Amino acid sequence: MQVHRPYTLHDALALMAATPTPTPIAGGTDLLVSWHHKPKEKLALLDLSQLGGELAAMRLTADTLELGALTTYWDVIASPEVSRAFPLLAEAARQVGAMQIQTRGTWAGNIGNGSPAADGVPVLMAYDATVVLQSTRGRREVQLDGYYTGYKKTVRLPDELIVAIQIPRRTRKAEWFEKVGARAAQTITKVGVAVVNDEKGWRVVANSVAPYVCRCRNLESALQKGQKFKSPEEIRDILKNDIAPINDMRSTAAYRETVLSRVLFYRLADKA
Amino acid sequence: MDKFDLSLTLNGKSETRRVALDARLLDVLRYDFGSPGTKEGCGEGECGACCVLLDGVLVNSCLVPAFQAAGRRIETVESTPPDLLQTLNATGTSQCGACTPGVVMSIRWLLQHPEIAESVGLRAFMSGNLCRCTGYDGIIAGLEQALQSNAKKAET
Amino acid sequence: MPAGADLPRIDGLDKLAGRAAYVDDLPTPGAWHGATVRSSVPRGKIRDIHFDPAFDWNDITIVDHRDIPGPNQLKLIDVDQPVLAAGEVRHKHEPILLLAHPSVHKLRDALRAIRVDVEPLPAILDPAAPLTPDLIQYKSDNVLKHIDIRQGDPGPVFARAAHIIEGEYVTGSQEHVYLETQGMLAQWQDGRLTVRGSMQCPYYVLDALTHLFGRSRDAFRVIQSPVGGGFGGKEEYPSLLAIHAALLAEKSGAPVKMIYDRQEDMAVTTKRHPSRTRHRTALDKDGRLLAMEIDVLLDGGAYVTLSPVVLSRGCIHAAGPYFCENIHIRGEARLTNSPPYGAFRGFGAPQTIFAIERHMDVIAARIGIDPVELRRRNLVRTGQPLATGQIYKEPTDLPALMDRALDLAQYKARTQSHAEFNKSHPFLRRGIGFATFHHGAGFTGGGETYLASEVWIEGKPDGTVELQTAQTDMGQGTTTILTQVVAERLGIPTEQVRVATPDTSRVPNSGPTVASRTAMVVGKLIEQACDDLLHQLGRKSGDPEISDDIRRHASLPGKSLVGRAKYQKPASIQWDDKTYRGDAYATYSWATYVADVEVDLRTCRVRVTDFVALQEVGRVLNTTLATGQIAGGVVQGIGWALYENVVLEDGAMKNCQMTNYVIPSAGDLPPIRVVFEERPSHWGPGGAKGIGELPMDGPAPAIVNAISRAVTTTINEIPVTPELLLKATEGRGHG
Ligand SMILES: Cc1cc2nc3c(=O)[nH]c(=O)nc-3n(C[C@H](O)[C@H](O)[C@H](O)COP(=O)(O)OP(=O)(O)OC[C@H]3O[C@@H](n4cnc5c(N)ncnc54)[C@H](O)[C@@H]3O)c2cc1C
Ligand code: FES
Ligand code: FES
Repeated sequence: MQVHRPYTLHDALALMAATPTPTPIAGGTDLLVSWHHKPKEKLALLDLSQLGGELAAMRLTADTLELGALTTYWDVIASPEVSRAFPLLAEAARQVGAMQIQTRGTWAGNIGNGSPAADGVPVLMAYDATVVLQSTRGRREVQLDGYYTGYKKTVRLPDELIVAIQIPRRTRKAEWFEKVGARAAQTITKVGVAVVNDEKGWRVVANSVAPYVCRCRNLESALQKGQKFKSPEEIRDILKNDIAPINDMRSTAAYRETVLSRVLFYRLADKA
Repeated sequence: MDKFDLSLTLNGKSETRRVALDARLLDVLRYDFGSPGTKEGCGEGECGACCVLLDGVLVNSCLVPAFQAAGRRIETVESTPPDLLQTLNATGTSQCGACTPGVVMSIRWLLQHPEIAESVGLRAFMSGNLCRCTGYDGIIAGLEQALQSNAKKAET
Repeated sequence: MPAGADLPRIDGLDKLAGRAAYVDDLPTPGAWHGATVRSSVPRGKIRDIHFDPAFDWNDITIVDHRDIPGPNQLKLIDVDQPVLAAGEVRHKHEPILLLAHPSVHKLRDALRAIRVDVEPLPAILDPAAPLTPDLIQYKSDNVLKHIDIRQGDPGPVFARAAHIIEGEYVTGSQEHVYLETQGMLAQWQDGRLTVRGSMQCPYYVLDALTHLFGRSRDAFRVIQSPVGGGFGGKEEYPSLLAIHAALLAEKSGAPVKMIYDRQEDMAVTTKRHPSRTRHRTALDKDGRLLAMEIDVLLDGGAYVTLSPVVLSRGCIHAAGPYFCENIHIRGEARLTNSPPYGAFRGFGAPQTIFAIERHMDVIAARIGIDPVELRRRNLVRTGQPLATGQIYKEPTDLPALMDRALDLAQYKARTQSHAEFNKSHPFLRRGIGFATFHHGAGFTGGGETYLASEVWIEGKPDGTVELQTAQTDMGQGTTTILTQVVAERLGIPTEQVRVATPDTSRVPNSGPTVASRTAMVVGKLIEQACDDLLHQLGRKSGDPEISDDIRRHASLPGKSLVGRAKYQKPASIQWDDKTYRGDAYATYSWATYVADVEVDLRTCRVRVTDFVALQEVGRVLNTTLATGQIAGGVVQGIGWALYENVVLEDGAMKNCQMTNYVIPSAGDLPPIRVVFEERPSHWGPGGAKGIGELPMDGPAPAIVNAISRAVTTTINEIPVTPELLLKATEGRGHG
C-alpha cells in the first residue's frame, strides 16, 4: 500500500495523473469500512485531508451555493444560512449515518462512492447540482444528473478529482425528502426520494431503486402536465419505466417499488 | 507492511510511535500508543464503540486512517474527568462496558456543544452508539444528568 | 450499604474510564495472533488442503485435527462435535485448520494462501424438510432431542369442546451482538496451560480442555477477563475458542490470542434457535382452556450442543402461566447443516412464549372475547397445576398483576383512542397489545442438584472478606449484587467485601452464569457460606461489629477463616426427569408487558411508542441495576420482534455485519417503563429471584399482538420486518 499526502491541489492533481492512478480519500467513511478485510497490495491512496485551504469552503452567493470537495454533512448542518437556503441538504445530512459519520463524511465522497443508496446524491440532484471536476488537463463542469452511467460507473476520468459541487439558487414551490431505512439512524436506505419543483419544473430523484441514483422522468412529466393521482398504484405504474429495484439482503424489489409509490402518493397529495 | 512515524497529541501529551501504514487510528491507539480504552465493536463505523475526539470533533476511530491523524489532537475515554465518571456510574450508563468508551466520548462532545442536543434531541444524538445491554435508558439518564451538572457548573 | 439501596456498579468506574482490561486489551508482549480456516460449504468431504507454494510457511504454526492430544470432541451435553473437522464438514464455517503467527499482516496473507477443496454432500437446511437416508447425520432420524410433557388426556376433550382453535407461530434466529466479540488468550504459565478470555462459564471451559487434551484438571487454569456482554452467546462457544487458542499455544510455544472480528463472530458463533410452534386448543363456551396440544420444533444446527436443554425450557414454558387440566406438549430439536444454534437469553422460552401469547390473542379474536378476559379466566391460581404438574403456591395474584400493568399503560383508554385515531388517519395505525408470562429461575428440573454448586467466603487479616465463586459479571451486575448480599448477611460495609476474579485455580465451581440462577441460587448459597463463616466466629447474622472478629480470627497463625456452602436440593422440590413431571423450577418470576405501537402503512414500519414492563421478581436487590437489566432485555426483545433478521445462505448467516443485521438504536425506542412488584421469596438471598432472562420473553408477543390489532391482520411470525408486514397487509388497501 502507498499513501500520498499532498499539501496543495496542484500537487494532488499531479499525483492523480500518475499510474497506477491513486484512490482519493476524504473522510474515509466509505473506504475504511471493514478495512482489514480489504486487499491493499495494489492500493495507492491520495489523502485529500490536507487540502482544507483549497477544498473545504462553502460559499453561498446570491445565485449559487458552492460546496468544496471537503465539505462535510456536519458543515451543512452547522450552517444556519445554508440550511435555510437549501433545507433538503440539511435534512438529508442529518439522516446520513449518525453524528460520527456526519462529522467526517463529505458530499463529494458520497458522489464519488457512487452507491445507489447514497442519501446526499438525491437531494443534490433534485436541486440540479453540477459537479466540478479538475485534472492537470483542466477543469470541467458536469451535471450530477448524467454523472452516473451504470452501477458505480461515472463520467469522471481516472485522473480527475471532484473539487466542488455547485447548486443554483432558485425559487421553489415544493421540496421534500424522505428516507426509508431499517431504523431511525445509522441505516442504509431501502428506498428514498427527493422531490423539488422549481422554476425549471419538477425533479423527482429516487435512491436504492436502480443501479444508481436516478431521476424518475416519466413521473416528472406526469407531474409537469398537472396529473393528479387517485392511488399509489397509479404512481407505481408510471414508475415502472423509471426504476429497476432489486431483491437483496436488505429488502425486496416489491417493497422498494410499493413503498416509493406510496410515499410519493401521500406526499404529493399533501397528506404526510 | 510499510511503517511510518506517527506523531500526535494524545490526551494532551505529544507522542510518536512507529506504526503500520495501513493502520486505523483505532489500531494505533490500542496497540501502539498503549491506550486500549477505546474499543472495537464492529470495524464498520456502525457501533460507535471506537469514538474519539479528533481536533475536538466526534469521529469513529475505526474509519480514520492513522496517517490522517498525524499532527492532530486526539482525546480518548482515558482523559474523562472523574466527576463525569461518577455521574454516569450513578445512572446506569454502563453495563458490560464494551460500548461505554464510545458512549462517554459522545457524551463529552455533547457537553462541549450542548446546542446540538437542542436541535436534534438526545436520543437521535445517541443513535450512533449502539448498546446491547442498557436499552439506552441508562445512557440517556447519564447524559441528562451530565448536562444538568454542566449547566449548574456554568451558572456558578 | 444495605441491599435495596443502590450501590453503584462496582466495576462501573473502571469501565467508564476505559480502564477495565478486556482480553484484547491485556498487554501480552510476544503474543502471536491466531486465525481459523473454515469450511465454505454446509456439508461435504474434505478432499485436499492446498497451501500456496509461493508463500513462506516456515514461521507459521499450523494446527489440524491430528494435533489434538485426546479425543477430538467438544465436551458439552454430548460429544458429537469435533473441534477441528477431520474428513467431513457438517456446516458452513466449520473450523478445519488453525494458524498462528506474530504478525497479523502475515497471518491475513496466510489465510488467503490456503484453499480447502471440499466435495459437497447433500445438506439439510430446513428442520421440517422431508428426510432422505443420505441426509441422516444423527442417530436414525436427526432428532437431537425429543420431549413429551403430558397432563391429563387432551384427546377425548376435543370432541366436547365449544371451540377448537389452531395456530402456527414462527420465530426467527437472533444474533447476540454482544459488543465485545469473542476473544481468548492461551499461554503456558507456571507449568500450566492458562486460558484467559471472554466467557460466562470458566468451569465449562476447564471441562472442555481437560477432555480434549486428556489431562488432569490441574494442567489448566481458566481465568475470566471482563466480559463485554454475553446474553448466552458466551456460554458454550468460548469452550471451542479456548481449545483453539490452547492448541495453537501448545504447538507454537508462544502466547496466542484469538480475537474474532465482528464479521467472523456473527458468521460462525451460536445464535438463538429458530422455532415453529403449533397449537391446537380446546375451550369451553366461556373461553376456559380445556385441552392444549402443543408441538414445538427447534432448528438445532449441526451438532447437539445445548439444544436438549433449550428445548426443555422451551417446552416447559410452552403452555404459559395458565391452568389447563389436559395438556400434551411435544418438542423436538432437529439437526440441520447450520452452525449450531445455542444459548441465548431466555433459552427456548421466548420462542414458546411468543407462540402461546400470540395464540391467546388469536383465540380471543376467534371466539369473540376480550383478550384480557380470556387471560383472567385462565391464569393459574393457588393450588392449580402448571403444565408439569407443579402446583402454584406463589404469593402473586396473577390477574391482579395483569390489571396493574394494563392500568399503568392506560390500556382501556388507549384502545379507545387508537380506534378513533385509526379511523381518521390516512396511513398511520395504532395498536396496544400485551403478554402475560413467567420464567423459571435457575436450572431446569434436577439441574441444580446435578451441578452441586459450591461457594466460599474467606475472611482476611485486614478484616475484609473475599467472595470466591465462578460467577462472571458480563454487565448484568453480578459483582455488585453479590457484594451487597455478602455485606448484608455479614453486617459489614460493602467496601469490606471483595469479589474474586473467577479463576479455576482459586475459586470453587459455583456453576455457570446462566439461566437467571446467579442472584437467586448462588446468592442463597452465599448467604449460607456467610452463615458458616459467622458460625466459625461464634456469631450469627444480625450481630453487630463482625469486622473485628474477622480480623482477629483470620490473623491467628496457621488458621484460615473460610465459610463454605454447597447446594443441597430442598426436600420440597420434586422432579422426575423421565416423565417431565414435578417442580420444573424452584420458583418463577411473573410478568405482564404492554406494548403500544404505531404502524406506518406506507412504509410498513412499526415503531414502539410506549412500553410498560411490570414484573414480580421477588425482592429487588439493586433498583438501578435491575431496571437496567429489564430495560436492556426488553430492547433485545423489541429487536427480535421487529428488526433483527438473520438472513441465511447455505445455512449460515449472510448479513454478518452490524450494517446489515440491525439492532435497535436509541432513536428507535421510547423510554422503557420498568416497574417491579416486590414480593420477597424465600428461595433467593434477601428474597430475590432471577431477572436476567424474563425481559426477553414478553416484548415479542406484546408487540405482535399490538400490531395485529393496529392493522387488523393476523401476524404469527417474527421478526415483523416491513417487508413481511407489507406482504401480510397487501391487497387489503391502506387508507
Ligand atoms: C456507519 C456508516 C453509515 C453510513 N450511512 C450513510 C447514509 O445513511 N447515507 C449515505 O449516503 N451514506 C452513508 N454512509 C457512507 C458515507 O458516509 C458517505 O458516502 C460519505 O459521504 C462518504 O464521504 P467520505 O468523505 O467519507 O468518503 P471516502 O470514504 O473518503 O471516499 C468515498 C469514495 O469517494 C471517492 N472520493 C472522495 N473524495 C473524492 C473527490 N474529491 N474526488 C473524487 N473522488 C472522491 C473515494 O475515492 C471513494 O471511492 C455511511 C457510512 C458508514 C460507515
Ligand atoms: S468499531 Fe468503529 S464504529 Fe464500531
Ligand atoms: S453496556 Fe454493554 S453494550 Fe453497552
